[in-house]
Amino acid sequence: MDNIGVYAARVAPKFDGLAPGHRACIGCGEALAVRIAMKAMGPNIIIANATGCMEVISSQLPATGWDVPWIHTLFENNSAVASGIESALKVLERKGKVPARGTKVVAMGGDGATSDIGFQALSGALERGHDFLYLMFDNEAYMNTGIQRSSATPWGASTTTSPAGKKSIGQKTQKKNMAAIVAAHEIPYVATACPSYPFDMMEKVKKGLAVNGPAFINVFSVCPTGWRSAVDLSVRLGRLAVQTGVFPLYEVVNGKYKITVEPSPMRPVQDYLKLQGRFRHLSENDVKEIQERTIHEYNMLKARTTC
Amino acid sequence: MGKRVGIEVSLAIAEAAKMADVDVIAAYPITPQTHIVEHMAEIVANGDLDAEYIPVESEHSAMSACLGSSATGARTFTATAGQGLELMHEVLYVASAMRLPIVMAVANRALSSPLNVWGDQSDLMAVRDVGWIQIICENGQEAFDHTICSFRIAEDNRVLLPVMVHCDGFYLTHVVEPIEFPTQEEVTNFIPKFKYPLPLDTSKPVSMGCFAPTFIYTEAKKAQEVNILNSKKIIQEHWDAFGKAFGRYYHPVESYRTEGAKTLLLTLGSFGETAMTAVDKMRDEGKSVGLLKLRLWRPFPYQELRKAVGNAENLIVVDRALSFGGCGGPAYSEVRSALYSEKNHPKVVGFVAGLGGRDITVTEFENMVKRAPQIANTGAENEYEMFGVRE
Amino acid sequence: MKKLENELTWKDLEIGCIVTEPGSTREYRTGDWRSQRPTYDFKKCIKCGLCSIYCPEGCIGQNAEGYFQSNLFWCKGCGICSKECPTKVISMVNEEA
Repeated sequence: MDNIGVYAARVAPKFDGLAPGHRACIGCGEALAVRIAMKAMGPNIIIANATGCMEVISSQLPATGWDVPWIHTLFENNSAVASGIESALKVLERKGKVPARGTKVVAMGGDGATSDIGFQALSGALERGHDFLYLMFDNEAYMNTGIQRSSATPWGASTTTSPAGKKSIGQKTQKKNMAAIVAAHEIPYVATACPSYPFDMMEKVKKGLAVNGPAFINVFSVCPTGWRSAVDLSVRLGRLAVQTGVFPLYEVVNGKYKITVEPSPMRPVQDYLKLQGRFRHLSENDVKEIQERTIHEYNMLKARTTC
Repeated sequence: MGKRVGIEVSLAIAEAAKMADVDVIAAYPITPQTHIVEHMAEIVANGDLDAEYIPVESEHSAMSACLGSSATGARTFTATAGQGLELMHEVLYVASAMRLPIVMAVANRALSSPLNVWGDQSDLMAVRDVGWIQIICENGQEAFDHTICSFRIAEDNRVLLPVMVHCDGFYLTHVVEPIEFPTQEEVTNFIPKFKYPLPLDTSKPVSMGCFAPTFIYTEAKKAQEVNILNSKKIIQEHWDAFGKAFGRYYHPVESYRTEGAKTLLLTLGSFGETAMTAVDKMRDEGKSVGLLKLRLWRPFPYQELRKAVGNAENLIVVDRALSFGGCGGPAYSEVRSALYSEKNHPKVVGFVAGLGGRDITVTEFENMVKRAPQIANTGAENEYEMFGVRE
Repeated sequence: MKKLENELTWKDLEIGCIVTEPGSTREYRTGDWRSQRPTYDFKKCIKCGLCSIYCPEGCIGQNAEGYFQSNLFWCKGCGICSKECPTKVISMVNEEA
């Protein structure tokens, strides 16, 4: 639970930005994550959205779910599109062609759009130092196309292109550490967030938006369809991912690491894994391996916070 | 009044974009486009133009950044060539379908593999169907003029389409030519202020690039097609205005010494200059030969082409690109199909020549004119050949 | 009378298919998707509003008495609100066929 307390929910901004009537799956953790991000960002933003679930569920012609200026073009280029918007605003304001409204630019995409196909465009935009916030909604596979593995899929998860079978554990590789990779670009703000901790997340989104320069947040987005979990568990699963140390919540402010939600005492990963069909095939030993790795990675992260 | 300047064509293109007061340039370097973007960067670095220059990490991102910039309402320019144009490919479709009036100079270049950085029009032909207005320049003056004029065309609210200004790599981009420069005031007066009708703007939020299921995709494409077809008369309108302002008039198809010609050559781009010399020579020798130059490639000028062909008996189309396994060079097959419904259409013969920077000389144009009737009369399945290839 | 989606012609589309009416998906009824529906025992409700924060649809607002309640026009019946409610106000019941 957020330590801010339950009544704080009532003081959360009413603004949503993503209207109801969107076509996300029942219990979609990503739509929830977008809503919470939007609350923190408010209406003075322009969004460049990559192709993916959020684009498809929100923008079917002739209607749109977005209350803010929003553009989708392709899968792998939202960082570049955001670069163009940010540069355009800068020069148009400088030349007096549009009023300076302090509008911020936000790029959003899934884990596939961000850590795979749009990786280069993201790196380029970060390196060039555009003033924008990138939100990676991470549901750990290509869900929009039917649950294919991405580089953000965790070890052992069964997806349609990393199926568990007699000769396969499922996903054979470890989840790509996007936050660390992005932090290596030495940008002012990097964080991980999860909508199950809405106030922690809103705080981070606000910080990311406020810094001058690029900011990046890896937002854990539970996908009941792809993870084969109960639709009413999307918030609980996010919480469990944090409490088991599978998805630690932290931020990197100007290179300085800080854990924002301490998972103490840390729960066993099995509490998180057992609620999901994508891990159902794992043996006791497999779970043990995940447990060990999770603790190892958490300790590595912890070590970074002390240096 | 402006002045006449001896300048490398690439630099002249950049100067044209500067005079158009572009707001954003997003570009990635590739031979033979480099001199354009280097000069652009220099102009911005020296403060001669107040613009944002985005040094992107690929051409895919170059065009993507242009999408964002143009959608925000900024006048947007870029340039590329060959492989770069190919890497942009999917983004090009988006720019036209989303009606974003980006202007792009293309230094036409051969495509890999094998790697070849020299001029031909393989890149141009590979983007035939991306929905952009495409203008093919013959000389430096045209490259300069069309860069300026294309902003006015692209940003016309009746058009709102991106424009490619094609210039043959090296043959055109890297030569120094005397170019008439208008004054800044003349250019400023010629290009109206850019105001995109529905930009990304928090005071009036719009959604761009929404998803179109089957029930509405066809309608979206119909709207796009009608729009580009309608742009042809508006392009001419702006070219006429350009002529009035600057004294140089342009048309979708240019004719050179075609009066009563039995045989016509048709070229695209810089080889028109050599072909003119060849036509002069053949005319001097009493041969009935003329030249057509296709300036507007998209929207395709059907009526203008039919009119320009007139009663010629033979039409020789010189392509600088192949359509592998297709019905001849791309321009050839399009020209031939454009004339098919004409009662007295000429025999159309295609030559593919000048690939990967290979020159086409006056003598070779003469040889094409000699060779054409032989091919035309064979009735071969594909009435075209690769010209000047060593057997 | 507004045209139905499949009655729109190419002339009805804005330039570049731009949609100019923000948040217009509000007209789309996603409540039809529901197989379960939230029911409320408001006596237990402390009006904390957590349910509204955690709703993926953003369809939970306050009713006349200030209690948080989902709008069934959009509510897809995921049941997250029921799971997350700290005072167990909300129970999910099957929609009748």
